[in-house]
Amino acid sequence: MTGARRKPRGTLRNRRRSALALACLLSLAGPTADAQEGNESFEIGLSTSTISITSDFNGARLVVFGALDNADARLLRQQRYDIVVVLIGPRRPVVVREKERTFGIWINRGSETFESVPGSYALAATRPLADIARKELRERLSLGISDLQLGSVPPPGPSGQPAVDQPRDKGAPQANVSLAERRALAAGKPVVSMQGESSVGAYAEALKRIREAKGLYNQRVGSVQFVSPTLFRADLQLPADLPTGTHTARAYLFRSGVFIRETSEPLYVRKSGFESYIDDIATRYGILYGVGAVLLAIFTGWFGRLVFKRD
Amino acid sequence: MNLYLPIAEISLNVFVLVGMGAAVGFISGLFGVGGGFLITPLLIFYNIPPAVAVATGANQVIAASFSGALAHYRRGTVDLRLGTVLLIGGLFGSAGGVLLFTLLRRLGQLDLVVSLLYVVFLGGIGGLMLVESAQSMLRSKSQGTGEVRRPGQHSWVHGLPLKMRFHRSKLYVSVLPVLGLGALIGVLAGIMGVGGGFIAVPAMIYLLRVPTSVVIGTSLFQIIFTAAATTILQAATNRTVDVVLAFLLMLGGVIGAQFGTEAGRKLRGDQLRALLALLVLAVGLRLGYQLVVQPQEPFTITLPTGETG
Repeated sequence: MTGARRKPRGTLRNRRRSALALACLLSLAGPTADAQEGNESFEIGLSTSTISITSDFNGARLVVFGALDNADARLLRQQRYDIVVVLIGPRRPVVVREKERTFGIWINRGSETFESVPGSYALAATRPLADIARKELRERLSLGISDLQLGSVPPPGPSGQPAVDQPRDKGAPQANVSLAERRALAAGKPVVSMQGESSVGAYAEALKRIREAKGLYNQRVGSVQFVSPTLFRADLQLPADLPTGTHTARAYLFRSGVFIRETSEPLYVRKSGFESYIDDIATRYGILYGVGAVLLAIFTGWFGRLVFKRD
Repeated sequence: MNLYLPIAEISLNVFVLVGMGAAVGFISGLFGVGGGFLITPLLIFYNIPPAVAVATGANQVIAASFSGALAHYRRGTVDLRLGTVLLIGGLFGSAGGVLLFTLLRRLGQLDLVVSLLYVVFLGGIGGLMLVESAQSMLRSKSQGTGEVRRPGQHSWVHGLPLKMRFHRSKLYVSVLPVLGLGALIGVLAGIMGVGGGFIAVPAMIYLLRVPTSVVIGTSLFQIIFTAAATTILQAATNRTVDVVLAFLLMLGGVIGAQFGTEAGRKLRGDQLRALLALLVLAVGLRLGYQLVVQPQEPFTITLPTGETG
């Protein structure tokens, strides 16, 4: 008899738990659902589609123009729309190492690998990012230097959700949702803070600090301006050692802290002229290039001897 | 005037680079060292990635030593036979050195090993040479040429088998230590981007007892080939030779080397050795200081292959 009574109670508890999990899922899915709602349409165009790095390249400024249509005129007047424009360099795996004093000398000891780190990151925004979107949303969108996702751990659970700031065609699994959220989604549990993230965090922070100091990562508030009620422009500052490859310019639209939609355009950065020619040969014909370098050295040595004959 | 270097991927001042080459070229002509042990640290201090500095240093060394070796050849102070035996060892060592370089870079310990090798070798050799040349200078104040040669005194090296006669150097020694020395020079060339002159010159003087006048020409002759092998191997495996950077350094280097060779003829053997010892010690101390002092930024970023990213 007692066994029979217990049964329904257990089912009730299960039902309650699944209801809780469902609520969590819904709340997590919330922002994505919002993203489909806005009527606003949103397009951007770049001042150039290709940047050529020549021998005297010393950084550049990229102007991104954009148009915002079907915007609510009242909200527009109240400046409730926010726009963030970023230029994300090609993503590559990177190893960050930390030196520690060992027997009196500084030696690389610890290291952390990040699978997908943008070579450069320039951001322009209408207002400080903290005023535009919540921390969780920024993390999910991988928006801003401090919330930039570097792919420190291969994403567990449901993959196949490409990062918002990753070219879709690549299709590489990438932390779109923050790791904690992704794990929580997979397990159907509410978001909890992860242990072990702090040590990885120190390496990620160092990486961002070094790249910021070099100007490779930069973000400027107020550098997105509305030229007219529907037209805006963003100024992005690109560093002298801009990495070559396919960059992605991406614009995000927010209305009163809610993410509406995003749009993107590719930007090609390539070496041009003599430099690209040399780089190309060095990559493709390594041995030939080496032999050429040796012959050049011997010729220079011989020629110098000829010109400056002093004995 | 700034120029973008295609492999180093950095924009640097052309005149500073040519000037750097000229200063090092002068020293290389003066002492008969390729100057690699100076140019590589200088390039690293000037923000060029260490891997590129090492490989490009080897390339630059070829020009300076070719120029210097030509001058010595005309004066008859190159022992081609001794140089060739050294070279055979050197080619094997060079291949091993480049392999080791690739491996260390992947492990993230290349910079440390390069610096440690510099400190140990430069410190050790510099110290020994300084002591010896000071003694020699004191001893030969009244008489002589400042040569190391002391008749009747033989080191353990002279007891080894497979002896060979080297006329120019007035030597009759086993080929084993010569081959071994060549191999060691090759390994160092691969890892440190040096021709190995700063090892070869004292080793030939003190271990093999080759006259100082012949040592410099022979060392330069040998360095050309070791550095050439290193350059080709580095270009093929690590893609770290920056030909534009190397050319700028060479340009300065060949000019400086001519004046250096001239100046070298006006100095005595022991004075020359003492000066080289001081220079070697100074570079060694500078690099050693960098290992001990706390770095401003303990973190570094590289690609998984070890290239700076």
